[in-house]
Parts: sequence; structure tokens; C-alpha cells
Amino acid sequence: MATFKEFRNNVKPNWCPGCGDFSIQAAIQRAAANVGLEPEQLAVISGIGCSGRISGYVNAYGFHGIHGRALPIAQGVKLANRDLTVIASGGDGDGFAIGMGHTVHAIRRNVNMTYIVMDNQIYGLTKGQTSPRSAVGFKTKSTPEGSVETTLAPLEIALAAGATFVAQSFSSDLKQLTSLIEQGINHEGFSLINVFSPCVTFNKINTYDWFKENIVNLATVEGYDPTNRVMAMTKLMETNGMITGLIYQDTSRRSYENLVPGFSQESLAHHDLTLSEDDFNGLLKEFK
Amino acid sequence: MISQLSWKIGGQQGEGVESTDRIFSTALNRLGYYLYGYRHFSSRIKGGHTNNKIRISTKPIRAISDDLDILVAFDQESIDLNAHELHTNGVIVADAKFNPVVPEGATARLFAVPITAIAEELGTSLMKNMVASGASWALLGLPLEVFNKAVEEEFGRKGAAVVEKNIEAVRRGAEFVLEQAGGPLEQFRLEPADGKQKLFMIGNDAMALGSLAAGCRIMSAYPITPASEIMEYLIKKLPKFGGTVVQTEDEIAAATMAIGANYAGVRTMTASAGPGLSLMMEAIGLAGMTETPLVIVDTQRGGPSTGLPTKQEQSDVNAMIYGTHGEIPKIIISPSSIEECFYDMIEAFNLSEQYQCPVIVLTDLQLSLGKQSCEMLDYNRIVIDRGKLASDVPPLETHAQFKRYELTEDGVSPRVIPGEKGGLHHVTGVEHDEIGRPSESSINRKKMMDKRLSKLNSLSITNAIHVDAPHEEPELLIVGMGSTGGTIDEARVRLEEAGIKTNHITVRQIYPFPTELFEPYADRASQIVVVENNATGQLADQIKLNVGCAAKVRNMLKYDGTPFLPSEIYSRSKELV
Repeated sequence: MATFKEFRNNVKPNWCPGCGDFSIQAAIQRAAANVGLEPEQLAVISGIGCSGRISGYVNAYGFHGIHGRALPIAQGVKLANRDLTVIASGGDGDGFAIGMGHTVHAIRRNVNMTYIVMDNQIYGLTKGQTSPRSAVGFKTKSTPEGSVETTLAPLEIALAAGATFVAQSFSSDLKQLTSLIEQGINHEGFSLINVFSPCVTFNKINTYDWFKENIVNLATVEGYDPTNRVMAMTKLMETNGMITGLIYQDTSRRSYENLVPGFSQESLAHHDLTLSEDDFNGLLKEFK
Repeated sequence: MISQLSWKIGGQQGEGVESTDRIFSTALNRLGYYLYGYRHFSSRIKGGHTNNKIRISTKPIRAISDDLDILVAFDQESIDLNAHELHTNGVIVADAKFNPVVPEGATARLFAVPITAIAEELGTSLMKNMVASGASWALLGLPLEVFNKAVEEEFGRKGAAVVEKNIEAVRRGAEFVLEQAGGPLEQFRLEPADGKQKLFMIGNDAMALGSLAAGCRIMSAYPITPASEIMEYLIKKLPKFGGTVVQTEDEIAAATMAIGANYAGVRTMTASAGPGLSLMMEAIGLAGMTETPLVIVDTQRGGPSTGLPTKQEQSDVNAMIYGTHGEIPKIIISPSSIEECFYDMIEAFNLSEQYQCPVIVLTDLQLSLGKQSCEMLDYNRIVIDRGKLASDVPPLETHAQFKRYELTEDGVSPRVIPGEKGGLHHVTGVEHDEIGRPSESSINRKKMMDKRLSKLNSLSITNAIHVDAPHEEPELLIVGMGSTGGTIDEARVRLEEAGIKTNHITVRQIYPFPTELFEPYADRASQIVVVENNATGQLADQIKLNVGCAAKVRNMLKYDGTPFLPSEIYSRSKELV
């Protein structure tokens, strides 16, 4: 059985020293090993941005796509080969700005895969512009007087869109993050894990210390029930989304692949493509 | 006896025009006639004039006729809008309910049949289409049993009582009109058909069926006119083969999901029209850069923007050739017959895997939606070739990766389906090296660009152009693509009769342009007329660019939303000579 080291490759990430994305990379590698995967059983599909590079930093099948489109690509991979464990990953710009339409619909569709958002509340690779996750008043190169647009609440949107697994974590908490990714992989359906991943270069507001001061770990909240959707929504609203842990999980709903009529239980990628002559003649009937 | 005639039914959208047409033509198909249909419809669900025209012939036909023999009208508007097409001994079968009148100047004979009255008498006005089609069928003097069989199939699901009532409606319509006319009309007596079994379908059905035969198991698509029938057909059939159609949130998702599924080893396609193709351009670039197979159907309609969603046009040629930023290898093929719609999808899937690049199948609304006879499709012509697909690859050394972009002589690198132990690799839309890792090195950049673009050097497609060149030195070389081929051929018969020598080329491989094949025919012609449904002569421009005979190239354009008629091509060609 593979250990987390086997999910490492010899590529040096181009992230800045101290970037929150490093621990997300480590958590993915650990979680993959912990759930018993071999590298060839994992496909990591990513978008564009600093975080998008993650697909090249995990020893697995990797697909570095285009900005905002990691999710449709990843769903295509999973539908083609349901034996693969599929993780899509990208930044908050990728998933909540340019790719927001796909995010909402991937949640609704509920294909069995995991989506990890590396949320740093800023555009890093383009060197510091505002993101939909930036706070109102946040000053960046594109908002020199401070952002006037409302901060997006992606996890509330996810719940409203019918999410079956919603979690949030923080780069500094490798243990919690690894565990949540494992739970996400093991969840049947679409699992969304938003991770606060500080940008040490361009975001001087939402720093490691700032998060440590402001987030509440749900494990410390007495009576919190992650199967209660109303409670999850209420908690997110009460705390302005500043909570970590498993926020909501619905294990009653089957994944897309298991609900779509006739969909193959085996990997389609390994199907014989040949149409039998009988089938072919049968198909012609309606045109006669 | 005659060898061909044209029949049209008109009414308000949602009034049964479609179903009448369906039963009428199914019956004719059973008798072995060749049929070619044209739908005039609007982008709305109910209301608004709509009409379906069918040409019936004892010989293969691939064009709308210039005129009309029989018009079935549910309202006066249908008569007013279409009577001008009727020739001098044409016939109108109309509902007596609206007191139909033949417009001034028209000489057609009118049969006012109590269509609604008979239908209501039998229980529901819904059956008026049965009364109307029965009446027009009777005028042709064709066997009623064949027609009744088609009715039975249409309504069989609804039970014997419904079938019986509809057959009665047909009988009453036929009886009434025959009494008025004194029997079937001699001028419409068709020669018997060859009785050969044919299929009757639209291009979109043929393409969907072709995809299934090609091994396509997933389609990701977003609804759009005139492409939706492809997804609607496949969603009915794919589950039987373990696959599915995913209706995505937009065309961006449709194309990128198809890329993901193709990357993971399943033949997957998407289909759309101009507006959707505009959204797919970034995905097409990604497929080109990552060398992922991708098949996209573009059923062209009137552009730009929302344009004319339900009308004929061929104006996406430039967008398909030049679309997506940067430079990628890409193949564009354009079927020109219903049979090719089927076979070209198989070829498109093969080409996309052999050359690991996007393949666009370019049709137009008339070819996609015009219902027509299709020669029996040949099972033995279904050949699946997946190109360089590596399997059982040896295990990798620690930290080594499969060389997904290995530099090879023909530029095509072996592909491996994710899941193989020895096949671990990374793909990216960023410029990359042989193992798919990002690289900005100038040397690598040039090597990889050359590798990708050189893949098509070896491209050789059978029937890249269809040539009908009876003349050594024709006055006109008429060139077209898509649905215009049959219309051009009919015009050519008349041109020959007028003493004008023409050759005809249908371009099937739109891109890369098959210059070498085309050139000899261009050299021998005095003039080259390029017939296309657009305003700027996009195919003509490709010929000028690639063949270098610009001085000889003439445009014959039509961009009013309707397909060419043989008479238009005839008269405009005549003016040129």
C-alpha cells in the first residue's frame, strides 16, 4: 500500500515560502495514502492561478486545465472512469469568480468527487487584485480605494445549491484538513472543502494570525450537528463563515453516477466500443 | 405519370403540422420513394406560421424544389404565404371552416374540405391533421393501407380505439376529396418507386447514430437550435450502452467536460451551433494544447449573435478555422449528405484520436433538420481506430513520468488512459515538456509547437473533396459545401441543357484545405463560382487563400435565412457566363 511519500514527486512548487498551499498539497498526499489509494488511482484536476499548479505537485494523474474550468473537466474524468478518485482544486478566483457557474452546478449534479478550494481572498498569480472573497474595503491593485462589492459566502451558496458535503479548514491545521479530505473522498457525491490558505505576499490582512484569532473549530461547539442543514446555514450566517470542520453532510442522496438511468457501474473507459450488428439493426428500425 | 412532386402543409405552430408531415412521409418512405424535406419554423413554441415541405421522387434528390404541387392549409395565412409557389395545375386542400380563397393571380384548384368539422364529428379537432393528410394522400392515388399502417404506428401506444378513430379520420378526408375531385388526380400520379428499403431521417439523427456507432458513450451538451436533436437522440439510446448525456450549465462546461472524459479514455462529444461554439473556443484551445481528442458538431444557423436561430446559414467557417487564440492543429470536416452525417461522425472520432486534436464537424441547419431519405447504412463501414493508445506500459522508476508528449516522427505521441500504473503523467494547457511539466524554455517551446502543428502533415482524408467533373475545360467550376450539393446538381442539369459546361466540387475537408486535390480542377475551369449561405464568401476566401486562383473566383451568396433553390443557382450561374 502506498504511503504519502509515494504521492510526492520531485517538482519544487513555485509557491512563495510560507504559502498556505503547501500544507494543502501535503494534506492531499496524506489523505490519499490514508484512504488506501495508489498514485495511479488518483486524478488531480486543477484550474489556473497559484493554486492551480497543485496538479503538477502530486504524484498522480494530473490535469492542469483552464481558468475556472477545473470542475467540468474533473466531472468528465469521473464519469469516464468511476474507478478513479477525482480531486479538483483551484483558488477562490477560479472557483468563486470565473468558475462560479460551474461550482453551483457541480454541487447540484453531485458527481462523486472532491473539490478543494484554496481560498486566499486575493488574486496572487496576477500580483494582487481583489477576489470575490475579499472583504469590503479591502485595498488591492484593482481596488485602490477599497473593494465596494459584497464578499461572497460560498458555503451558504453551496448549501442552498443542495450540497451533500460542505467542510472548511485552515492551512495551519494539517490534521483537521487531512481528515476532512479523507471524509470528502469517502463521501458518495460531491464534497466541497474550502480551505483558508493565506497569501503571505499580497494579503496582509487575512494572515495566519488573523485566521487563528477569528476562526472557530466546530469540534469545540457543543451540540453542533453536521447533518442538520438549517443549523449549518445558521452557523455560517452567525459566524460570517468563520468556522472550520465538517459543516454539513447528507449521506442519503446517491451520487449522479448512481442516479442516472442505465449508467454503467464499471468504468466506461474500459468498455468495448463495438456495436453489435443486431444492436445496429435495432437502432435503424425507427427510421424505416 | 410523373417522377416527382412537391407537397407542403402549413398552419400555426403547434397545430399538428409536424405530425401530419411525419405520417405522410413515413408512408411514402415505405413505398420506397426518395424524400427531401424542408421545415419553415420560428423560434417559438405555439403560434406563428409554420410549414413543412416534402419533395417526393422516384430518383435520389437532395434539394428543395422551386415550385409546389399540393398545398395543405389549416388557415388562410398558409394559403396567402405559399400559394405563389404553386404551379399552374397545383392544388390547395384547405379547411372549409375558414372559407378559404385562392389569392388573386394564382390558378390553383381549391378543395375546401370540412377538415375541422369531420375531426370534431369524430370526437376531437386534434384529428384534423389526419383528415387533411388523408385527403391529400387520396389525391395522389396511393394505396391507403400503407398510410393506415403509418397511422397505426404513430398512435399505437395510445390504444386500438385511438388508432381506429384516426384511421376513420383519414378515410373520411379521403372520401370527401375524392368525391369532389372525381377520383385521384391524373397530374399527380407518381411512377412506382423502386421499393428499395431506405431510411428517413434528419441529419442530426444520422450524426447521433453515427456517434453511437463510433463508440461515443458520453455526450455533454447544452440545448440549442438546431443541434438539440443530437442530444435528445443520444439520451434515449446511450443508457442502453452504459453511457449518458449530461446537460451542462453552459457550452463552456459541455466542451471542457468532454475534454475531461476524452482524456480519461471515453469517446465523448458535444454539439452546438454558433453561439455555443463561441463559448467553446477556450476549450478548443485546451484540447489542441493538451492534445486531447475532442469531437464537436457545429450545426450552423443564422448569425451573428443570436441571429436567425431557426434559419439556414453557413457563416461559421471563418470562426471554426480561426477560432481560439494561439495556434493549434484542428480538423474541420463538413458532411454534405445525410449518409455522410452518419459516416463522418465515425471518421471524426477516429481522426480526433489518431491526431489527438479537436475535430469539428460542420453542418448547416438544412442538413441538420431537413428530413430526407437515406440509403441503407452499412454496418461493415463502422471501423473504430483509436490511434496511438498505449496499454500495458512498463512500470515507472521512482519520480519518473510517462512521456505523454514524447517527440516522435509524426508528432503524435502515445496516449495512455489514466489508471495505468506505468502511465502516470501530467497534462497542462501551459507550454510543457515531454512529460507534461510546464516549461518556458525557448528550445522546448519551438520543439513542442512544431510537434503539435506537424501532426496534420500526414493527414490524408478519403473524399476530402467530392468531384463531379465531366468536362475537361468547363466554363464554370461550381463549388459548395454542406447542404447545397443537391441544389447545385439540379441547377447543373439545367445549365447543361442551356449549353453551359459545369463541373462541381463539394468541399468536405474544410480545414486544412485540400489544396493539392482542388488545384487541378481550378486550373481547368474558366471561372470558379463558390455557392455559400453567407454574406462575405468565407469558403471562397479559403479557396483564394489556398489555391491561388483569386482572379477566377466568383461569389454566389445567399444570406436571407433560406436555402438556395435550383432556379437561383441556375439563373445566377447563367449571368456569369
